[in-house]
Amino acid sequence: MFGILKIGFKLLVNDRTKFFALLIGITFAVFLMIEMTSLFSGIMSRASATVINTGAKIWVMDPAVQTVANSIPLPDYVLDEVRSIPGVKYAVPIYTGAALVKLHSGMYQACNIVGLDDNSLLGRPQMIQGRIEDIFAENAFIAVEDSEYSKLENPKIGTEFELNDHRGVIVGTARVASSGLFGVPTLYTTYNRCLQYIPNSRFTVSYVLVEPKTPQDIPRIQKQVTAAGYVALTDDQFNAKISYFYKYKTGLGTNMLLMTLISFIIGLSISGQTFYTFILENIEKFGALKAIGAKSHELVGMILFQATFVALTGYGMGVGLCATIIWLAKLYLPDYAAMITFSNLGLAFIMVIIIAGLSSYVGVRKVLTIEPFDIFRG
Amino acid sequence: MPVLEQSSMQRASEPVSEILSGTQSPQTSTVEKPVAVEAVGLTKWFGSGDARTMAVRDVSFKACFGEMLYVVGPSGSGKTTMLSMISGILRPNSGTVSVKGIDLWKLSNNGLADFRLNTIGFVFQDYHLFPRLTTVENIAIPLILQRRSWGQAISEAARDLEIVGLKDRAQLPPVKLSGGEQQRVAIARAIVTRPQIMIFDEPTASLDGDTGRNIVGFVRKNILDEHRCIIIVTHDDRIFPFADRILKMEDGRLKGIEDGDSHEN
Repeated sequence: MFGILKIGFKLLVNDRTKFFALLIGITFAVFLMIEMTSLFSGIMSRASATVINTGAKIWVMDPAVQTVANSIPLPDYVLDEVRSIPGVKYAVPIYTGAALVKLHSGMYQACNIVGLDDNSLLGRPQMIQGRIEDIFAENAFIAVEDSEYSKLENPKIGTEFELNDHRGVIVGTARVASSGLFGVPTLYTTYNRCLQYIPNSRFTVSYVLVEPKTPQDIPRIQKQVTAAGYVALTDDQFNAKISYFYKYKTGLGTNMLLMTLISFIIGLSISGQTFYTFILENIEKFGALKAIGAKSHELVGMILFQATFVALTGYGMGVGLCATIIWLAKLYLPDYAAMITFSNLGLAFIMVIIIAGLSSYVGVRKVLTIEPFDIFRG
Repeated sequence: MPVLEQSSMQRASEPVSEILSGTQSPQTSTVEKPVAVEAVGLTKWFGSGDARTMAVRDVSFKACFGEMLYVVGPSGSGKTTMLSMISGILRPNSGTVSVKGIDLWKLSNNGLADFRLNTIGFVFQDYHLFPRLTTVENIAIPLILQRRSWGQAISEAARDLEIVGLKDRAQLPPVKLSGGEQQRVAIARAIVTRPQIMIFDEPTASLDGDTGRNIVGFVRKNILDEHRCIIIVTHDDRIFPFADRILKMEDGRLKGIEDGDSHEN
């Protein structure tokens, strides 16, 4: 069979015009599909940045919350109630909210403020400069060094700013797993300082973070929180909820999905049409091969090999092109949100296999129907 | 003298037939030759009802090893249909075809494919060479279908390319060759598996008179031997002198069998 596949390979690659047309079609289809889904993954990752960066296993919230950025304050007694649930190892409050900061230069800048529990500092970022203990210092804030850092005028340790007429001081810089979606810098401080500095409903918390004693305790905790009129979601569930919101409640996901489908259809059209032309041009030769003694399954194998070869080569080139473009874009656009995930690669791979399958199906049908007698008849 | 004759004559006398069959090829009389193909009552029609067209009606004949048999007749006389039935390509509506004593149409589809691959060498009217493969790769195709390794197939194909006098054209694509050269490549592809029966469909249709005669003369001299039967469908009377026997067909019927003039050449 190797020899037959080699004939198929040579027939394919020696027809350079069609081979490159096929490759370009599939490469761009893969590029577009991965680019679209990567953009969506990037946006989803940023939309869930606080959840990802905090790393808490369970989040307790108001049932109406749809994204982590739009928290609905909970009465602070919910914290005590959650702490009393059997199976809870510990539960702490967290503050997340927006605030306007007056920078050292006098410019105003919107910021995302995260207030960590004063006792545990659960969800603290990884320090780059300074020490995490310094967060307890007077007016202390830690700036996140992500793509938005420059919007704070690249503060150093000791840089001062104003927040609601309160003095703030940068005591360190840190990194987090994911930057936020809305292009604003992030500052970390303690939960109690947030309550003091930022206007807020009295006796409320943004979220309650829970650490279960064991994974088996999670369903029981969720059940009891639900019984109290609130919702307890694991981090994955919260991410899924955020993702659902952006996919189906904002039109963002639908648009991305449409673009992905259009890319798929373009790839299918180019590859299907080119492959079909390729088969049509060689159909008499395939008929002659049948007359000589080639069996149908050998010809089918040859065509499937050709389609698979083109598909996999185009897939590899598409992935490479997409990775290169994203890398280049991130060099010049720090806020560029695209992120290639295994799911994106898998989805594009499945779509490419479908493209190759449908394209070769058309060719296979044609080759199976050609009769050697037609070659004699002319 | 055209290139074909020059090159073929160099190897024509004895080495080629030895390479092809391992034996010398003395001319023997038709009467004593063993039967290669026997067709009995072959009938084929296409369509049904009022649209039914009789292509071949009750044709019986024998083709023997060591002979070059022509099937001639006007267009639409059923030559090609008959040829397809005796070569395992088109199933007859009635009648039988025996090749070396085996009832051909009792074989399965895969069996028929194997039969064609191992027993028959085809030379098509339009050659049907793959333009994207080199000449030597085109010739190697039947060997590759026989599961020969790529290297071995190419090596054997190169040997047969030398037989047809195109050794120096091995790496060229067929489109770079003249019509006569392409015909010889097609012949080399047909003989590369050492088939016992060779079928030529209008071998001179696309060639000028001299080249056509040279090709058929070359085949007669270098390819035909006592272990091989060559059947040629043609209506080119310029090559009739090379025939041992000529089957004349008209309206799907066998109108007669004549001795050819080959013994006079």
